[in-house]
Amino acid sequence: MARLRARSRRGPAQSHNPMPEAAISEALARRKRRDGWFALAGLLIMLAAVLTLVLLLAQLLVDGLPRLSLEFFVEFPSRFPQRAGIYSAWIGTLLVMLVTAFVAVPLGVAAGLYLEEYARRNWLTDLIEINVSNLAGVPSIIYGLLALGLFVNRFSLGQSIAAAGLTLALLIIPVVIVATREAIRAVPRNMREAAYAMGTTQWQMVAHHVLPYSTGSILTGIIIGLSRAIGETAPVITIGALTFIAFLPEAPIGGEFPYINFNWLDAPFTLLPIQIFNWLSRPQTEFHANAAAAALVLIALTLCMNATAIYLRYRYRRRVQW
Amino acid sequence: MEFLAQKRFAAGCVLCLLCLAVLMLAGCRKAGSGQSAELIQIDGSSTVYPIIEAMAEEFQIAEQGAVNVTVGISGSGGGLKKFCRGELAIANASRPIEASEIRNCQRAGVNFIELPIAYDAITLVVHPHNQWVQSLDVATLKQIWEPQAQGRVTRWSDLNPDFPDASLNLYGAGPDSGTFDYFTAVINGDERASRGDYTASEDDNILVRGVANDKFALGYFGLAYYHENSNQLKALAVINQQGNAVLPSLDSVRGGAYQPLSRPVFMYVNTQMLQQKGVRRFLDFFFAPKNRTEIITWVGYIPLAEATYERVLDILNQERTGSRFRDDAGHVVSVEQALHLL
Repeated sequence: MARLRARSRRGPAQSHNPMPEAAISEALARRKRRDGWFALAGLLIMLAAVLTLVLLLAQLLVDGLPRLSLEFFVEFPSRFPQRAGIYSAWIGTLLVMLVTAFVAVPLGVAAGLYLEEYARRNWLTDLIEINVSNLAGVPSIIYGLLALGLFVNRFSLGQSIAAAGLTLALLIIPVVIVATREAIRAVPRNMREAAYAMGTTQWQMVAHHVLPYSTGSILTGIIIGLSRAIGETAPVITIGALTFIAFLPEAPIGGEFPYINFNWLDAPFTLLPIQIFNWLSRPQTEFHANAAAAALVLIALTLCMNATAIYLRYRYRRRVQW
Repeated sequence: MEFLAQKRFAAGCVLCLLCLAVLMLAGCRKAGSGQSAELIQIDGSSTVYPIIEAMAEEFQIAEQGAVNVTVGISGSGGGLKKFCRGELAIANASRPIEASEIRNCQRAGVNFIELPIAYDAITLVVHPHNQWVQSLDVATLKQIWEPQAQGRVTRWSDLNPDFPDASLNLYGAGPDSGTFDYFTAVINGDERASRGDYTASEDDNILVRGVANDKFALGYFGLAYYHENSNQLKALAVINQQGNAVLPSLDSVRGGAYQPLSRPVFMYVNTQMLQQKGVRRFLDFFFAPKNRTEIITWVGYIPLAEATYERVLDILNQERTGSRFRDDAGHVVSVEQALHLL
């Protein structure tokens, strides 16, 4: 700061007796060189980061690809590395994500909507806001501990899919709230005023204008939140996810009346990250190949979700023009 | 008009996602045989996990879906905590139940049967290029690992002037593992008392990699991890009370020569749950002569001697409750002492 000020003080004085042209071009060249060095340094750092990722992925591919087959997806865990698969793990992951989405999306979007559109600006709202942003940064294991006390023991949900889904929902609700608020904030004020000018109520304005315009960004936020939840291990280990489970929960859709049941919510489960963790800790290297293959599946899932998010953002950006 | 189209698109997106989810769930319908199947919940030590997993897998195949088994890895302490709340049929542990845990069980009205199921041999390993040491005695091990050694015993030459003057790099179990509890108890004489300046990990694969890449390393972990990596590691013999240098093996562990580093691992069975047909059938399957030796050997552990298994079966069949693997001072006693085989 001090140096900057000193320089700006010298500035006008120099303008009275200008530098010789050679000196100017020399100074320019020096600055350009410095610019170049910085660009190079930035590039190198970026390459180092990307290269690490590529190497990791390549290692995973080399280790895991030979194990990826259709059977791998429909076999249960086994003591034989060649026979072991991720059936119970990916079904568990899917069901837990379903619960998470059903809980986190309505709550998160509604909370964001309320904070942005309805809440009065006062100390209470400020307090809630600070807490929400703080919660988004809380380490996930803390949520696991909270869930262990609250869901597993107090509400006696046990080590069930419902408990895990609720835990992960807690984890991503702040993410969804923040994303929703940012999306809603991006809707220009004059849109709202135009709607009011046409005589709409606040709810009509929100439902017919604000929400449809911000759907893309909200969906993006939701998917990013879910793709964070899908890779979480710590909180689900804390609430006691199982490692060996060679049967599936009761299917939610049945052949006879009433066609839908919720028994699966109460079922024990395992998740992909936990299966990976378990295989990695085994002495036999063949299990490590299984872990690599399962990690590939998990990475592919996360990538797919992120790609969907990017696509949605792109599509909505193109369609909504103010 | 455009708003409508957008809304429709958004609704379409949500609908698509839902349909996808429903379809995937419908795909897993056929395996939903869990309706009336009995459920056996097992949890506990990650050391014992491979044994239980293998047994559970074979058992479920044999039962053809009539009984479902789940196995968790909450650790010996975590598993016993759940067990004493009455949440589990069986807890597995890599150490005998402690007095405080027994009190918890009593308070919750949980009676249990204690079944030793196999041995694990904690194996001392060095780099294969290490030519200067073949065996160590308990006194030397204590000299290396006791808390007072921290910062003082740091070079191989500190142990023996004939050893090279190179830094002694230690690798061992992390404080959350039952291996750590047992090793510190029998070597340092005080459970959980250990030096802290070594590479500690609950993941034995990290220790394997550390020792395999370090010529001046000394480490300890479970026998199964040594067996899987015996081409990149060298096991050390341990000099027992009789003065014999003994390498860990099926015979030396079963015969009781590999002392003090071989330890029994346990299952604790809730007596009330034993009334369930499935639990009883699982235990019968577990202790069937063929399964108990074959499967346990297969996963890298050492089965108990046949005579010992018969005694364990007596305990199970007579439903004799309580723990007999700690003496009055709380020290762990050997299988032979505990089962009065001596």
